[in-house]
Amino acid sequence: MGHIKLSQVSKRFGEVEVIPPLDLTIADGEFTVFVGPSGCGKSTLLRLIAGLEDVSAGHIEIDGADTTHVPPAKRGLAMVFQSYALYPHMSVKKNIAFPMRMAGVPLEEQERRISAAAEALNLTDYLDRRPGQLSGGQRQRVAIGRAIVREPQAFLFDEPLSNLDAALRVGMRMEIAELHKKLKTTMIYVTHDQVEAMTMADKIVVLRAGVIEQVGSPLELYHAPCNEFVAGFIGSPKMNLIKGAEAQKHGAATIGIRPEHVDVSASEGLWKATVGVAEHLGSDTFLHIHGVPGCDPLTVRVDGELPVKHGDEIFLTPQLEKLHRFDAQGLRVA
Amino acid sequence: MATHHSRSAARLMMAPAVVLLLGWMLVPLTMTLYFSFKKYLPLRGGDLGWVGFDNYVRFVSSSAFWPSVLTTLTLVGGVLLITVVLGVVLAILLNQPMWGQGMVRILVIAPFFVMPTVSALVWKNMFMDPNYGLLAHLWEFFGAQPVEWLSQASLPSIVMIVSWQWLPFATLILLTAIQSLDSEQLEAAEMDGAPAHKRFAFITLPHLGRAITVVILIQTIFLLSIFAEIFVTTGGAFGTKTLTYLIFQRVLESQNVGLGSAGGVYAIILANIIAIFLMRIVGKNLAK
Amino acid sequence: MARAVTQQRKIINTTLAWGVGLLIFFPILWTILTSFKTEAQAIADPPIFLGFDWTLENYAAVMERSNYSRFLWNSIIIAGGSTLLGILIAVPAAWSMAFVPSKRTKDILLWMLSTKMLPAVGVLYPIYLICIQFGILDSKIALVIILMLINLPIIVWMLYTYFKEIPGEILEAARMDGASLKEEVLYVLTPMAIPGIASTVLLNVILAWNEAFWTLNLTAAKAAPLTAFIASYSSPEGLFYAKLSAASTMAIAPILILGWFSQKQLVSGLTFGAVK
Repeated sequence: MGHIKLSQVSKRFGEVEVIPPLDLTIADGEFTVFVGPSGCGKSTLLRLIAGLEDVSAGHIEIDGADTTHVPPAKRGLAMVFQSYALYPHMSVKKNIAFPMRMAGVPLEEQERRISAAAEALNLTDYLDRRPGQLSGGQRQRVAIGRAIVREPQAFLFDEPLSNLDAALRVGMRMEIAELHKKLKTTMIYVTHDQVEAMTMADKIVVLRAGVIEQVGSPLELYHAPCNEFVAGFIGSPKMNLIKGAEAQKHGAATIGIRPEHVDVSASEGLWKATVGVAEHLGSDTFLHIHGVPGCDPLTVRVDGELPVKHGDEIFLTPQLEKLHRFDAQGLRVA
Repeated sequence: MATHHSRSAARLMMAPAVVLLLGWMLVPLTMTLYFSFKKYLPLRGGDLGWVGFDNYVRFVSSSAFWPSVLTTLTLVGGVLLITVVLGVVLAILLNQPMWGQGMVRILVIAPFFVMPTVSALVWKNMFMDPNYGLLAHLWEFFGAQPVEWLSQASLPSIVMIVSWQWLPFATLILLTAIQSLDSEQLEAAEMDGAPAHKRFAFITLPHLGRAITVVILIQTIFLLSIFAEIFVTTGGAFGTKTLTYLIFQRVLESQNVGLGSAGGVYAIILANIIAIFLMRIVGKNLAK
Repeated sequence: MARAVTQQRKIINTTLAWGVGLLIFFPILWTILTSFKTEAQAIADPPIFLGFDWTLENYAAVMERSNYSRFLWNSIIIAGGSTLLGILIAVPAAWSMAFVPSKRTKDILLWMLSTKMLPAVGVLYPIYLICIQFGILDSKIALVIILMLINLPIIVWMLYTYFKEIPGEILEAARMDGASLKEEVLYVLTPMAIPGIASTVLLNVILAWNEAFWTLNLTAAKAAPLTAFIASYSSPEGLFYAKLSAASTMAIAPILILGWFSQKQLVSGLTFGAVK
């Protein structure tokens, strides 16, 4: 079904090569997330798969067939855009029906699929409204509905949640993840938010400057980032990267330790340091620590009940088995 | 969007407009250049041969040339000044809370829809006529001697008529711009202790910069070719002969096409100087 | 500003704004009023504002003196025809510039606008000759073509502005949804572009209706539109204020009404999108 394979695909805009030749395989039914900082080429990569941009070189295969030069509509993909891209002059129902109308699906079949999608997405009461009369979250659902009814080989999502507020974002994240569990269709999802990537993905593709830095499951990337960039990008709060003498003790140019892998004590430990800002989230407290050689501030995650405040002196000890080591080029040292 | 297919289709779709405008620009221009080097009198012998730069020299050395350039610039500059200044004032006034704002807008924009020949005739006869004009009655009411507007103060009168026609345009564009001004900016300035006139000078006016540029650009395009207002009111007499009108007289009234064409080339040069100047500002200002 | 405005200030604003509005509108109002007076009342001293005997005789006289309906018909054909032709040529051009922009798009737009700065009078005689050559002097077709050409840059630019506001993602969505280029234009682009096209049409009808250089210089008896009709009243024998007013009212009424209905769209269009 929705097996997608990119071989030596590259893209240049004039003289600028935004994506150097890359290979990538996405298995059928997989939820793949492209993640990276803005400008890393993740959206361009998605648009190449969609056919909205021509590849400069290389081949794209969908379900075993070469679709490199097939127009977007014939690739059997559905896309959800960042701005939702709903047709403002059509009702919700007509928006959802549009792709089926283009494909010449019989009317009864259209009706059946529309009511099924509306049911699943809680849109039944809004079918006659125009997009302008809907909230952001509802518009997002219409856009998803328009994609579902096509019964595509794969769904493409281009930062679909970035126009929603924080609370809605968490909710929609769950809905999309559940949709995937239910439909079991291949999904490719582009985001710059590593939390979305971690929570939704079967497979994460980390991109930087058009180059794939690492591909793997969320926990693989968390436990064994292949370089400093991935280490710093995946995980929240970010991994602490320590350079200098402390790193050399471990035979590395840089060592990394996640905030949740540092033990805190009032009396003894490897580093003696001062608490700067303490962010109390209730369940956890994030401490920003000053005074650790080679890393300032160093972030530590502690239990929310721990009584610490600004200016306290504490002792820190990293859990050695959770330490990541990187060489001078930033690559992981096993 | 940016697939090869759509690019070539785009070129094809642009072609008719580009080709037509190119033709509209080049064909008459070439002919004008051709005639400008000839002695060409349609009613007195037609084509009388090549004369080199004779027409150009004669056109510039004619006593009417420099005054006509000056008249043109005065007319354009005067109207721009009046419409922009009054336009800003009116826009601010109309932006205040009031009753019947929509109706006032309709009253203010009305002159823009009046054709130039009508407005020139109405002003000339019903307002500026020294015997029966409304302004004459007004002057008499205050015990003053009525002014013979179109002969004694001809150029200012025409500037006034044209300003009346273009003030609505300036006002409405500036009003649209003022309405888009983020009121938080003004509130911030107020919190910072800026009095009303400083808020206007440092926040409102700079915000209007772009709109003012647009007003100046579009009005200049139309004002450079003002014709009907002069044709109907003074016929170019009493120092109201713009470059446009001077050329019109050479070509149609004296039937000297060679001389008029040379004048046309000068007018094109003048327009281009202004155009380059304007396009620079506009290009920069519209680039965002 | 969400602040209470004192009643007093609002009264001052209203008075001031209405005063200025009426002052600007007054010449038009006066013309309309005068058109219903007798010739004697029209030049009465002191002027009569409202207390006159309303009469329609001037309209009858104007209709008798000149064939108003033919001038009106010419105006409609010339303004409508040139606008329609211009739209047909400009829509594809503006579409491609808005949705498939290249590095030169901005330059082309500026160049188009700069052709509007070519002084008409500089090319009057050549155009005159060309018209004679093709036998279309004093014909509506000549004016339709010429007015289309002089307004084409404005039409292109206005449409470009409107099209640019249509988000490209929507057209891409249509493409992903399986719409062919024809279907994309028919079902998605056109419905979204219609308001913009409508206000472009309106503005250009107004500009063409009021154009008074080419219409005065290239027409005589046959193709003369209302601009020429009214210009004939500048000759001395036409100097009757009431009749002049009646003729003026008849010349401007259609476009004045059209303009009032569409003033909002007109302004946004005329700024070429530079002022929001």
